Amino acid sequence: MTEIKHNKTEVIVVGGGPAGIACAVTIARAGHEVILIERGSFAGSKNVFGGAIYAQPMREIFPNFEKEAPIERLNIEHKYAILGQEDSTVISYRHKDTDTPSYSVIRGKFDRWMAEQAKKEGVIVVDETVVRELIIENEQVIGVKTELEEYYSDIVILADGVNSLLAKQIGFRDKIDPKDVALSVKEVIKLDRQKINERFNLSDDEGCIYEIFGGPMLGMLGLGFMYTNKESISIGLGVGLDALCDRKIKPYELLDELKKHPTIAPLIKDGELLEYSAHLIPEGGYKKVPTLFGAGVMIAGDAAMLVNNLHWEGTNLAMISGKIAGETAIRALIKGDFSEKMLSRYQKELENSFIMKDLKTYRNLMDEAHQRAESFMGYYLNQVNGFFKMFTTVDSIPKREKYHKFIFDFIKKRNIIELFKDAFSGLKLFWSILIK
Amino acid sequence: MTIDDKLFTVKYKPDEVSHLRPDFEKCKSCTSKICTTICPAKVYEWDDGDEKLTVNYENCLECGACRIACEKNCIDWEYPKGNKGVTFKNG
Repeated sequence: MTEIKHNKTEVIVVGGGPAGIACAVTIARAGHEVILIERGSFAGSKNVFGGAIYAQPMREIFPNFEKEAPIERLNIEHKYAILGQEDSTVISYRHKDTDTPSYSVIRGKFDRWMAEQAKKEGVIVVDETVVRELIIENEQVIGVKTELEEYYSDIVILADGVNSLLAKQIGFRDKIDPKDVALSVKEVIKLDRQKINERFNLSDDEGCIYEIFGGPMLGMLGLGFMYTNKESISIGLGVGLDALCDRKIKPYELLDELKKHPTIAPLIKDGELLEYSAHLIPEGGYKKVPTLFGAGVMIAGDAAMLVNNLHWEGTNLAMISGKIAGETAIRALIKGDFSEKMLSRYQKELENSFIMKDLKTYRNLMDEAHQRAESFMGYYLNQVNGFFKMFTTVDSIPKREKYHKFIFDFIKKRNIIELFKDAFSGLKLFWSILIK
Repeated sequence: MTIDDKLFTVKYKPDEVSHLRPDFEKCKSCTSKICTTICPAKVYEWDDGDEKLTVNYENCLECGACRIACEKNCIDWEYPKGNKGVTFKNG
């Protein structure tokens, strides 16, 4: 830098979510000066997610979080529910894994706790402050402009979430297409601890996750979810914004439909709505990851579209990308080099990690899913329920006749060309996921 | 339960000015007016009589869906000021 600036620090991190906090605390632990700027009145106050954080990546940042953080329940059961109009097929995997479990948490409490820990370790947290733009000098990001003042730093890390207006400002990405995000609405419903335990077959502090396919979302690229908290249930859904636009659907009406489904309604019966919320989920995948670094700047978490939607992973990618950005910042600070070349290490390290490897594995998923949404998210889901209806119905019709009719209908209702297209699409996906 | 009942559970600190600024002229020629449908907080309402879009920005959940969905790409969308807008306690 040519001149000495006031309000100058070593690193500014924009956004007090998992990516920003993981990044800031990594830098502070190495003894460097870091300011974390959060627009909400506390970290977590603008954040919404389904419900679970994953222990292994969390421990990488906060090794003792399981003892100290506000956790709701340890998830011991994953249920995959395929909903028809009225019926459903549910697959369940139950295992009390304490090695690599997930926990349901509430972001307003959990992110706030993480920010408090970061503060204790030397991060300067500035709440209630919106970064309006990045300050650029000689094609290098050298600071941020808030509503009140300008702050300068050697490096700025953008962890400002899915809408990242800052990434847009510096041309790291184009306008986001509706198909590259899902709009999620969620309700947190208050329910007795005892009722939750009974309805979900749990003991105190044990949790259950529902991943919900079909139902009111049949034929659309969308998924529902349910998480058990200590004394509430988080229920919601996320649907491709393009599908909501095309079908002119109000998202909260879709959630109302889901809540009325005979498989779901008894689980939340007599609950009282504590809070309604909405948020976008980045769904573009590998092909839509923006430029990740430039001179004086890196971008992490949702802002970088780092979400593995098939596995419901987001906060873990956020935290680990934040950590890697933090480690890269530390190296740059030691060398006093904040050039694009120096910070390119961030992308290299991301590519060597599970983050980019996983996104790459699923790089074709969203294209195929969009093209075949009606079959994969509609027709075949219905067929699953149709099969079990046929298999379980006792009506004095010979079984062979029933099988033949099922197979005949399966092909007839979806013409043969579409079936081949689906099969081709499925094979293409398997190939790209497993082989190359 | 109506959307108004749902929004009643959300904690807000509204600003005096809107952080959502559609180009009202462009809205007049917009056929889908998709913001009035997809907004999860019913922020946008079209008034047929006045031919004008009402923006109930106080209800905004700050998700950003309108900005992306707007077919005219005409919503000047920014975050509310630092101490304003929505606060999720149970996000």
